[in-house]
Order: sequence, then C-alpha cells, then structure tokens
Amino acid sequence: MKKAKKQEEEFNEELLLKPLPDRKVLAHFHFRSSASLSTSNGGHHHLFPKAISQLVQKFRVKEMELSFTQGRWNYESWGGFDPIPSSNAKPPGVELWAVFDVPQHQIDASWQNLTHTLSGLFCASINFLESTTTYSAPEWSFPPASGNLRYGTLPREAVCTENLTPWLKLLPCRDKAGIAVLLDRPSIYRGFYHSQRLHLTSTGSGSEGMVSGIILEQTLTVVLQPNSQRAGMAYASERHIQPSWSLTSIFGKQVSGTCVLAKSSNVYLLLDRGLVAELEHLHKENEKSAENGFTSQNFWTKPSFELSADPDRIFIEENSLHSKGSSVLYKFQVEKYSESEPFDLSLTWKIPVVWLSQQAPLHASRFLMGSGNERGAIAISLKSTQLSEGFMGANADDERCDLQVNVFQVVPWYVKVYFHSLQVFVNQQPKAISDIIEKIHVSPSKDKVSPGVMEMVLKLPCKVNSAALTIEFDKGFLHIDEYPPDANQGFDIPSAIISFPNFHASMIFLKDDSVNKSPLLSKFQEKSPVMSYTEALLVPLTTPDFSMPYNVITITCTVFALYFGSLLNVLRRRVAEEERFLKEKAAKKTGRLSLLLSKLSAKLRGRQWEPPSSPPASSSFINAKLVFKVILVAGLAVGWQYFFS
Amino acid sequence: MVPLCYCRFLDRLQLRELKDSLIIFCTDVFSAMLIRATGQNLRLAYLFSLESLDLVKQIEVSEILSSGDIAALIYLWNPFTIVACVGLSTSPVENMAVILCLYGACSRLIPLAAFGWVIATHLSLYPAILIIPVIFLLGCGPDAPPRKLFLQRHQQEEVLNQSKLPLGFSWRPIIHFAFWALLWSVYVLVLCGISLKQFGGIWEMFKSTYGFILTVEDLSPNIGVLWYFFAEVFDFFRNFFLIVFHVNIIFMILPLAIRLCHRPCFLAFVYIAIFSMLKSYPSVGDSALYLGLLGWFVNELADMQFSFFLFCGYFGVSLLSPVMHNLWIWRGTGNANFYFATAMVYACLQIILVVEGVSAMLNHDRKLRNLTTGKPRDAKS
Repeated sequence: MKKAKKQEEEFNEELLLKPLPDRKVLAHFHFRSSASLSTSNGGHHHLFPKAISQLVQKFRVKEMELSFTQGRWNYESWGGFDPIPSSNAKPPGVELWAVFDVPQHQIDASWQNLTHTLSGLFCASINFLESTTTYSAPEWSFPPASGNLRYGTLPREAVCTENLTPWLKLLPCRDKAGIAVLLDRPSIYRGFYHSQRLHLTSTGSGSEGMVSGIILEQTLTVVLQPNSQRAGMAYASERHIQPSWSLTSIFGKQVSGTCVLAKSSNVYLLLDRGLVAELEHLHKENEKSAENGFTSQNFWTKPSFELSADPDRIFIEENSLHSKGSSVLYKFQVEKYSESEPFDLSLTWKIPVVWLSQQAPLHASRFLMGSGNERGAIAISLKSTQLSEGFMGANADDERCDLQVNVFQVVPWYVKVYFHSLQVFVNQQPKAISDIIEKIHVSPSKDKVSPGVMEMVLKLPCKVNSAALTIEFDKGFLHIDEYPPDANQGFDIPSAIISFPNFHASMIFLKDDSVNKSPLLSKFQEKSPVMSYTEALLVPLTTPDFSMPYNVITITCTVFALYFGSLLNVLRRRVAEEERFLKEKAAKKTGRLSLLLSKLSAKLRGRQWEPPSSPPASSSFINAKLVFKVILVAGLAVGWQYFFS
Repeated sequence: MVPLCYCRFLDRLQLRELKDSLIIFCTDVFSAMLIRATGQNLRLAYLFSLESLDLVKQIEVSEILSSGDIAALIYLWNPFTIVACVGLSTSPVENMAVILCLYGACSRLIPLAAFGWVIATHLSLYPAILIIPVIFLLGCGPDAPPRKLFLQRHQQEEVLNQSKLPLGFSWRPIIHFAFWALLWSVYVLVLCGISLKQFGGIWEMFKSTYGFILTVEDLSPNIGVLWYFFAEVFDFFRNFFLIVFHVNIIFMILPLAIRLCHRPCFLAFVYIAIFSMLKSYPSVGDSALYLGLLGWFVNELADMQFSFFLFCGYFGVSLLSPVMHNLWIWRGTGNANFYFATAMVYACLQIILVVEGVSAMLNHDRKLRNLTTGKPRDAKS
C-alpha cells in the first residue's frame, strides 16, 4: 500500500457531522481521489477509478459536476451561507455541467457523448440531456463561467439506490470498509434531503491537451432526523432540548476502522457560527449566575453537551469578517479505532439550545402566477434575510452600497417566455429595468430546438427588503409523443440559480498546516460565491386527448374527403345530361334482362366495329382510353418505385 | 389566433408602438372601401352582360343596395372582422393586400394588382394561387356569363353585334402583370434581404416563414382542424399528411379554373374560401374576408341552398367555440375534443358554403343559358 502512494495517487475519506437548528443532523461524506495520468502503467491505476480517467481523457473534460438529489435543501433553517449549502445544496433531480477543453464546434458532440457515458455509468437517464432542448450554454452567470461550459438538468429524475451503487463503486473500498460503511441504504433514503455529487477537475498540462492529473471528489450530503432517545422524559423544558444522537442511531452502523487504502480518514463535528455564539452566550450567563471567577474557561472545555469520544483536535474558525462569531470544528481520527473498539460518536445535549443558521444575503424563491392553461408568469422573489442585515449594514456605510445578484434561468421551449415583459419590483415598487439590471443576456427559445436562457446581473441597494422579477409566458402545445407518461402532472421548469458574487462562502481554520492536508477543510477555505437554487416549478400544460388519435385522423380525413368529393361532384355534374339519362332509363324500363341484352348487343357491336388489330382475348373492355390509363398508372408506379429505391 | 409567424415577422411589438389599433381599424375601413368599389365594378359588368343578353326583365336585380355596398357592409359589420380588429390581429393587413390585388385587377390597375398579389403572397403564401383569377380578370374582364352564351345568342338573332360581345382573351395585360409582379417581388425580396442581413439572410426568412406555414409546427389551438390533427397523428405519417392537405388545395385549382373561368372574381372568392379553410393556421380574420366577398354575388347566389342553415351554423359555432375553448384551456373542466368538435363543425360549414356556392353559381349560369336559348328542354351542354 505504501508503494501505491508513490504514484501520487491519493484517497481521502472524511465525514462531517453538523447539528441543524430544526432538530436534524447533517452528514456530509467527502471522498477525494486524485491521480496523475501517465501512460506508464498502460492507463491503469491503483486507486483511481479507470472509468472516470478514461472518460476524462476521451472527452477532454476540464471540469465536470454531476449531482443526484432527492428533496429540497431548506435554506431557511439549514442555512445558506456556509460552504456546504452553497456547493452541495443542489436542485432536485439530476444536474450536470461540464467544461470541455475542445474546440468550440466539437463541444456539443462531446457533451452528447458524455451524457451517454454517464448515463451508462450511473444507471440514470442522463442521456435525455443529449437533446439540444435540454441543455444550454450559460455565458457568464453560472459561477465556473467559461465559453466551453454546458449545463443541463433533469428535475424529474428519481434518485435512488441504483444510482448510489455505481457511485460507491468508484471508491476503492466501496462501502465495505472505512467511513463509507455508514452508508446504510434504508437510513440514507429515509432522510429529508439527500444529494450525491461527483466533481471532476483535471489539470491539463497545456497545449497538447494531455491531461496530467485528475481530482475526483465524491460527496454525499444527507439530512437526517435522529430518533429522540429520551422520548420518555417529558417535562416542559425537554422539548427544547435538541435530540441527542449517535452514529448508530442515525445510520444504524458504526465505523470499525479505516479504509486501508485511504491516506487519511477523519470524522469532523462542526458547530456553526450561530450555535457557537448561542453556546457562548449561555456559558456567560451560567457564569454570571454561578458568579464563578474562572472566566478564562471557554465553553468547549466545559460544554453544554457531551461527546462520547474525545476529539483529537479542536479548530476554531479564524474569521474577522463576520462579527457573528466563529464556528468550531472537532476532529476525530478514525485510525485510532478498530474492529474491537468501533468508533461511534454520540452527542448528548444537556441544556436546551435554540439558534439559527447563517443565511444567504437574500432568500430566493420562485413561483408561478396566473391561472388557466394558456399563459402565466414566472416570479422570482428575493427576500432579505434579517440575519444577514448586520454585516450588510457594515458594508453599507462605505459608499453607495450595492448588492450584486446573478440570476441564471433556463426555461424549456414549451414555456414561451416573452422577455420584453420582464418587470422588476424593489420593495414592492415597480422599477425601471435599466436601474436595476446591470447586465442581461437572453437567448430566446426555438421550438423543439433549444431552450430559452436568461442571465442577469441585478444591482440592488443594500437596504433592500424584497425584490421580485416577473416575466410572462405562453404555454406551448405539444405533440402527443412529446408528453411524458403522466402528462397531467405537469412539466418541470429547472431551478433558477441565484448567486451572490460579492459574498464568499468560506471557513478558514488557520490552526496549522494540518488543515491543508485535509481535502475537506481546504475545500472549505476556497473562496466560492454564495449560491442558492430556487424551487423547481411544475407547470401544468394543456393536454390533448391521448386515447383518440385514430378518431381524430379518421374524422378529419372524412371531412376532407367530403370536401373533395362533393366539390368535384358539383363541378362535374351536368344537369341536362342527367335529365337525358333519366329519360332514357325511364324509356327502357322494361326489365333488367332487356336492359342487359341491349347493353350486351351494344358492346358486341362495338367490338365488331373495332379494328381487328386488337387482341381477341381482351374482349370489349379494352379500348384505347383504358389502355392509355393503365399504362399511365403503371408508368407512375414504376417511376415511384424507381425514385424511392 | 394570429399565426405566430406574422407576429415574428411583422413584429407585433413595433406595431403596438405605432398605435396599431388605429392602423388596423383604418386598414379595415380602407378594405371595405375597396370592396365597395370592386363590387360596383362587378355590378356594372353584370348589368352590362344582362343587357347584352336581353335578360334585364327576366332577372330581377336588387335595386335598394348594390352588391358592392352589401359586401362592404357585410365586411365591416361582420363580428369576425370586429373580433380580428379588436384582437389586434394582423389578418386585416393580409386581407387588405388580397383585396387590393382584386381591386387592381378589376379596375385594370395592373401595377396595383401586382403589388397586392406580391404583398399578399409575401405575408401569407396562400394568396399565391390568386394569380389564376387575376390572369382571367386581366385577360377577359370581370365576371360575365360564359362567352359561348353570347355567341349562341347572337347566332340566334343572326346579327353579330361586336359591341355587345365581351372581349376575347388578350395577353397584353398579363405580360404587363407578370412584369410588374416580377418587379415588385424583386423589390420586396431585396428589401427583406437588406433588413435581414444580420439575421441569416433571405433564405432563413423563407425557412422560418413559409417553412413555418407549410410544416405545421405550431400546434396551438385555432379554429382550424390541422393543429389537433398534427398533435395527434403518428410521427411517421406526418409528412404524408402534410402533403395530402396541401395537395388538397392545389388539386382543386384546375377543375375550378376550368368551370369558372368566365367568372374570375367568383373564382377568387372560392379560392380564398378554400385556402382559408385548409390553411395551416386559419383565423377568424380569414373567414371575415371571404364572407365579405360573398356579398359581391348576392344576385347570382340568390337561390343558394342551405343559406339559413349555414347562417345558423356560423352563429352557433362562433358562440360555442369560445365557450369550449374556455372550458378546455381556462377552466380545465372540458376536454380538447369539445373544442375540436366545434372546429370540425366549422370546417363542415365552410365546406358546405363553398360547395353550395359553386353549385348555385353553376346553376345560375344554367338558368341564364336556358333563358337565353329559350328552350330549356333542348339545351344540351
């Protein structure tokens, strides 16, 4: 195993646990494998999944992210400012974006091949993203903005264990050893939110396009409800106590050792800024009431909760930006535990704590307006979160303070958006678009070809309470084959992405160098803009009657035949001749036999009158006209056959 | 109801800025005036032909209102016209181009006729087939009974009065027309080419306007039947049925032209009625046009069958169709089939109108012939 590490192949496994304000627990698994791609081993690797490295080399993927999500991240109670929500809260269903390192005209082809490959790799219908109606090319509003980016979502995709199993296959120990053992399917899928993500970064070595190294990050974020262990105790204050939990109680399993292939294997417990501030406050109050002299004691050495295992290290966030306080991180090394002494972290609260998570500057939500199935409007409403007012106010003093908001919205072609009808409301007052929207890029949808894309940069005043964007649309009508099997459920509009480029979600733990060795913590230190996804919208579309295509075809054709026949009949009819014919018929109304006889005699006479060159076998029915007609039709048929063969 | 392509092409927004309601209103009034002028022209021709056949006493012509006035009034007071005008549809503009073409041809203003024809074709493609009635109009003048009838009449009288005989077919105005049509179309295409230079040029325009019309891409409900048909039809039959429905229009051109060549204005009316029934995106504005033109032939079509039934049918459909649309789209309590049924009935009504109109006109010619020859029994072809 030590030899493998020489090859610069690395695997790290980490788990972050975080109590959430609404009595839930967030578990964030973070697996990182990296490899340098050299052809020395014939394209084989020790730890790194071969399928991924082949994919990267074949499609020249520079960066890629695929996420499968079930449930919706609750921005209001689970927070929206930390690195976890802004990079791991994903829209429901499948989201895929990729940046390619190929010439502009090959990107679409690469994307389409990539979707098919991923579809096979992950047992999901990602291949639906192949059609040009489902993906788009954001120009600048999507954070890893680049010209070679393609972005697509499938909001309807159901995510379940058949997507998790191939995802786990990419890990060297799968779920047999190490932290991944905790991934017990029933307990994960019982959760409130569940998002598995795969992020690929390849560092190209330059001009020849050879990939030199790949970093594969696999994260799984779940929000679980721990079973309250002390349900029996029911006095009043007990209801405010956060539920105590342990790894066994939330996952039903415990970690009995590391994955031997992993370079590091750590479990972290994160107490976020709000919780720490609240605990400090409580601690101070306790001290005051006890009139204790030892004020130097910090709350985490005499905590209001109990951990079953002693942390190996405690990190305190070093952050001057936010006055709110700094978060605290407990580190547990799994290496110390073994089969005989499994690692089972449990947290028991002793006193009731109520706190709030830190929110993104604005809380975004999106909804539909209007009724009926002909037209409607999409509204994106941004509400200021009271919590963040503090530090925004600090910025406000500087000068004319602006809050920059990027909005990226893709609408499928059957929602025909009228971009001219865009309206902006700030604090419920309509505003001129040019005042608020600094930059806008719109690419209108094309029927059955491409979706409509809208990218905007909004400049809102810092003291804004609420802002809203509305845009009107007409609903399209589809062919019956284009409706999904449950057409009356409606169609999903993918989530809009709201990002705040001036705010960076990062947590910096500057204890010592060991932080840099942990991929999860170094990931936290990256300055990524705060991002949030809005809800996916469900638009009901008018449906035709699916059961009667035959009826429609036959009835319509009958009507057209009626038109054709009756008009031709009117044009052809000669009244006078009809009268003569009737008269003749009346005169010869002696009997059917005589009529037949007379006809026969007439025919016989006709044949005798014919030139003898006509063949005798072809009796009286054949005359020049008929022959000509038959030849004409045969010629047409031959021509048709020749033309189409 | 307005076909999307016109919205895209004429740019509804721009029109709205120009206070388009006023423009469309003026367009309608102007169309009505042109209809009236053409109708008077036709009436004069009709009276002249009756006089030359000495049938003025046998055939009663309404004296209170001339057919032109009736046509103009029908056009202006038709609820369909009012709806199209209030709804700010662009169909009044197309209608005006068609009427301009017919007016120009009737009053022998060849450049105007060519202009109308080119613009109407440019706007909605289907009026291209109006070139046949226009050629007949320019070649042998406005509607008259068949030329044979005049010859028979004069043979009977054995005095060949050249002044009373309608003119024969002359090629000169047609060559003029062709020249002007070419000129106007080159002009329009060059203008389009210049203005669409950065949007993919003229070829892109053809693809997204005429192509949009011919391949029924937009399946939004309208008063026609094709939207539902193409929403339901199996994909591999789509091209076949596209061909069938368009050939349905083209197939009828020749038989109608042969039978009605002596009545070019009526031929134009029948063509307009047919294509506004079979076109990809029909609207009530198209119906308003042919219903207005129907007024030109009040004298000839006086004994049309089913006229009361047709009136009731149109009335009922125009009441029921919005109700069904509302039930289906807005309330969600109805079904697509409810609305499609009214569209179907409407198509049937239009078919009956066209067939009965043609039949009545042919019967009228027969009646004239019988009256002229005086021997209805022996009149044979």
